[in-house]
Amino acid sequence: MSKNWPLWEIFVRSKNGLEHRHFGSLHAADAEMALVNARDVYTRRNEGVSIWVVESKNIIASNPEHNGEMFEPAQDKVYRHPTFYDLPDEVKHM
Amino acid sequence: MQLQVQFNMKQELYKYILGIADNSLILGQRLGELTGHGPTLETDIACTNISLDLFGQVRSYFQYAAKIAGDGRTEDNIAMLRKEREYVNVLLVEQPNTNFAYTMARQFLFDVYHLAFLSELEKSKDLTLSAIAKKCIKEVRYHERFSSDWIKRLGDGTEESKAKMQEAINDLWTYTDELFHQTEADKAMVSEGIGVDVTKLKDAYYKQVNEVLEIATLKIPESKYFQKGGKKGIHTEHLGYLLAELQYMQRTYPNMEW
Repeated sequence: MSKNWPLWEIFVRSKNGLEHRHFGSLHAADAEMALVNARDVYTRRNEGVSIWVVESKNIIASNPEHNGEMFEPAQDKVYRHPTFYDLPDEVKHM
Repeated sequence: MQLQVQFNMKQELYKYILGIADNSLILGQRLGELTGHGPTLETDIACTNISLDLFGQVRSYFQYAAKIAGDGRTEDNIAMLRKEREYVNVLLVEQPNTNFAYTMARQFLFDVYHLAFLSELEKSKDLTLSAIAKKCIKEVRYHERFSSDWIKRLGDGTEESKAKMQEAINDLWTYTDELFHQTEADKAMVSEGIGVDVTKLKDAYYKQVNEVLEIATLKIPESKYFQKGGKKGIHTEHLGYLLAELQYMQRTYPNMEW
């Protein structure tokens, strides 16, 4: 039975004011069941105040095989961090 | 004379609390059997969550009962050291987890009653019982939502799930009427404004159950023959086995604590 159930990604907001964070994934027949299952699997120890569920197939992920062209070019460009500027003393909290 | 009356009322209150708590205890134990054996990881955890909710409720009731008894009895004694005939749960909750349809049908037929019962117990003149009811009702509202949902899903599901759910409802139906039978303790507590008059919950119960069964495209059983006895300590053959497991640790290692 569970083989036929689609996979859902679960996002939980731990406290009011914080963002929803990815907690994990689980199987459910539909969105309503995904919410109920997420409640039982991920929030039974008082972990959350709000849950989002998204069917996993709706998440478009980058391909790990493309990590070379996607992310490596950024590795040697430290100058993109604003750490090389001399700030005048008048500018605070930077 | 006055003292005797007070003593009798205390006895009745004690029995009354056991009548409420034993339902949750035995159903909690049944659901606990599914730990690691649920049909999917998600439903497995859901059933165990409900079981833990029920055990939590049971602790509140038995702690209060132990206080009323006032003779050194503890919540553990009361929960685990009685004999089969001294348990007064309804027959419905001791029925086995034959398959997931039975587990959910049993849960649903109990939850609808449980929710209505606690809504009334909230109004009890006994402030401890009223406070316990207020705490439990949120948990039970979720249980009822969860089990009703599964009745609809399996009833209005595939041909196989529908057949299994119909069979479960048909088989368990015979245990529903007992929920609304009054015990002597019930009558005494109702007259004191402490207990719930369960006879008044019956019509609304069947109305609500039937509504869900209709949405689930299931047939409402027509049988008018109902089983009873649990409230008097006369149980089906299943309870003895359940108690053997429930009581094993306390009987093997008397007075053990977690």
